[in-house]
Amino acid sequence: MQVRSLFFAAYRDALGTGTLDVDLPEGATVGELVISLRSRGAPFDRLPKAPAVAINHEVVRGEARLTEGDEIAFLPPVAGG
Amino acid sequence: MSVPARDQGASGYRIAIVRATIDPAAVLAFVGNPADGAMLLFLGTVRDHADGRRVGGIRYEAYQAMAEKELNAIAGEAARQLGTDRIAIVHRVGDLAVGEVSVAIAVSSPHRGEAYQASRFIIEEVKKRLPVWKHEQYADGEAAWVQGRTLESTEDAR
Repeated sequence: MQVRSLFFAAYRDALGTGTLDVDLPEGATVGELVISLRSRGAPFDRLPKAPAVAINHEVVRGEARLTEGDEIAFLPPVAGG
Repeated sequence: MSVPARDQGASGYRIAIVRATIDPAAVLAFVGNPADGAMLLFLGTVRDHADGRRVGGIRYEAYQAMAEKELNAIAGEAARQLGTDRIAIVHRVGDLAVGEVSVAIAVSSPHRGEAYQASRFIIEEVKKRLPVWKHEQYADGEAAWVQGRTLESTEDAR
């Protein structure tokens, strides 16, 4: 299945990209997506091991399962207001 | 004009993420109601210093779709606390100069107590929950992302 990863702010700057489509086995979790990305090596190994992640605009835990077409946002610590 | 005419139907509050300058009077005008005796406006502005360094400006970035969803949720929670939906929250993104308004929160209620309570609740939740980031531009030419708060999953936070 394919999911779309979005990277914001400091993460986008570190990775040099804001969007990445990733192929994963069916039923993969957020944690497995993070491992898969980090295993690509530089610069993806600059992502934290347990970043805050939202699936389709909802912040989830690492064990949350992904489904085809999900939008997975990697969210650095926030500083709005 | 940052805040369009009131058109939310069932829920009367108004939220927006905008690029243009925020007009505080327009945000305040949105919540006005003859049944109310208290109107409160909070403005967050860009400071000229941070951790002892001179700041020349801040670039705000948002994950817009999620930020709008969170603002709607926060306004809804505040509306239930306040017992009225006369609430407007506007957050700006893009490049802001020192002194410019980054966030405006207007609430209107029959009495001041609920208005202060709701306004305070909204700004604290905005800082805790909104997927927004600040890139500070310093007077010495350097720039850096501001260290923020880690977002928690809904299950962990409530």
